[in-house]
Amino acid sequence: MFPFSFEWAWDAAHIVFMGGLWYALSIVGLGMTYCIIKATIDTISGKGGNHH
Amino acid sequence: MDSALIPKGVKRCPLPVFAAGIAVVGAVVLWGVAGMLLCWLKGLNQTNMNDSYGFALWIWADLAVIAVGGGAFFTGFLRYIINKEELKNIVNFAVLVGVNCYVGALLILGIDVGQPLRGWFIFWHANVHSMLTEVAFCLSCYLGVLIIEYIPLVLENRQIDKVPFFHNLGHNMHEIMAVFAATGVFLSCFHQGSLGGVAGVLFGRPFSYREHLLVWPWTFFLFTWSAAAFGPCFTILCTKITEVITGKKLVKDNVIELLAKISGWMIFFYIIAKTTDTWYWAAHTAPAMGFELNDFYNNVLYGKWILYAEIIVGGFIPALILITKAGRRNPLLLWTAVLLATFGVCLNRWVMVCQTMAAPVLPFDKWVLYSPSWQEVSTTILPVALGIIVVSLSYRYLPVFPQEQELNPID
Repeated sequence: MFPFSFEWAWDAAHIVFMGGLWYALSIVGLGMTYCIIKATIDTISGKGGNHH
Repeated sequence: MDSALIPKGVKRCPLPVFAAGIAVVGAVVLWGVAGMLLCWLKGLNQTNMNDSYGFALWIWADLAVIAVGGGAFFTGFLRYIINKEELKNIVNFAVLVGVNCYVGALLILGIDVGQPLRGWFIFWHANVHSMLTEVAFCLSCYLGVLIIEYIPLVLENRQIDKVPFFHNLGHNMHEIMAVFAATGVFLSCFHQGSLGGVAGVLFGRPFSYREHLLVWPWTFFLFTWSAAAFGPCFTILCTKITEVITGKKLVKDNVIELLAKISGWMIFFYIIAKTTDTWYWAAHTAPAMGFELNDFYNNVLYGKWILYAEIIVGGFIPALILITKAGRRNPLLLWTAVLLATFGVCLNRWVMVCQTMAAPVLPFDKWVLYSPSWQEVSTTILPVALGIIVVSLSYRYLPVFPQEQELNPID
């Protein structure tokens, strides 16, 4: 799963498979991190008190 | 009693009536849990699977719910990437149906693997030469994406929305939903395709083996295409069923018509491709392996009727209904089309899983038929019952249908 794992090999199959997995996980993880941080900043600055 | 949780401007049935309905479905859940515990505690000897049927009812159910759950990724794609504005009125429900389908698929897989405590091995010790590894990766990641798409809806609950942080979080997630939707499309295309690819690469099973484009058999593309085509029909079907149960109109006709029209054209072109694929397989691929078409359809259960049922009844007929304006606008024909389309894609998955296992491979082989045990049946129905409960709770407490208030004004 990781390049530091004993099973890892620097071949096309590992790079494509695991690269795709980490690519998707990174986008989702970064997206959620952005949302949570921005929501925290917005809340501290007093936004969100009036509802839509 | 729970009126503070119910969205403003809509009416819901009294809590005791709702609770009674949940209790009835809950009894089915308990039956499924009993089957599940037996499989986990006593092992897979509780099933009727054997050396001929390593893939059986569970894998069919997995493939079927994943196909019909494709409505979530394709509706999300149309709404957030293609910017079909009208679909904002049904995308919440499409996501809700998708979450249930994928939770169900993973739950069934959790039972089917027999030893779920080692489920993480598939990630940690990944077999990077297996299409099923890709399926496992994409399936679990996509369920995560679907849950992320569902969270903003939960955060819109009247009480949760009062908390400023949750209000802001929901708002921010809405803003970048296109990123999540695009990731969902990426993941869906690969796992839907790889599920088809698994059947298409079985060169020892001439019934399902297909020619390839590079490393991908044609079934790879047909599975992705069919999920995108038939998935929205299942979303429409679930919407219509919800409307019947609640006795309310929940989505405007123009929204349903747009989704039905797109789905109809997708099914139309898919079924032409499927017919071409079947013809090429029957005329070239199978004969090259020593088989004729009749060899695959000389059984009472698996006669040629199943081929016609899949392609004509579950393919061409719903496609022709949905691509015509008169067909889409006629409620009876619309119901017929979405029912037939759902039947068609489920039958396709049955054929690719169970008929593949049943068909003789060697000259001295016989057809091998299979019927599931009650434990397999109950655990297959379990996610359906759970899905009904989740949809019911979501409908009661969350603004799943944005047009409900307008279509059902309270005096």
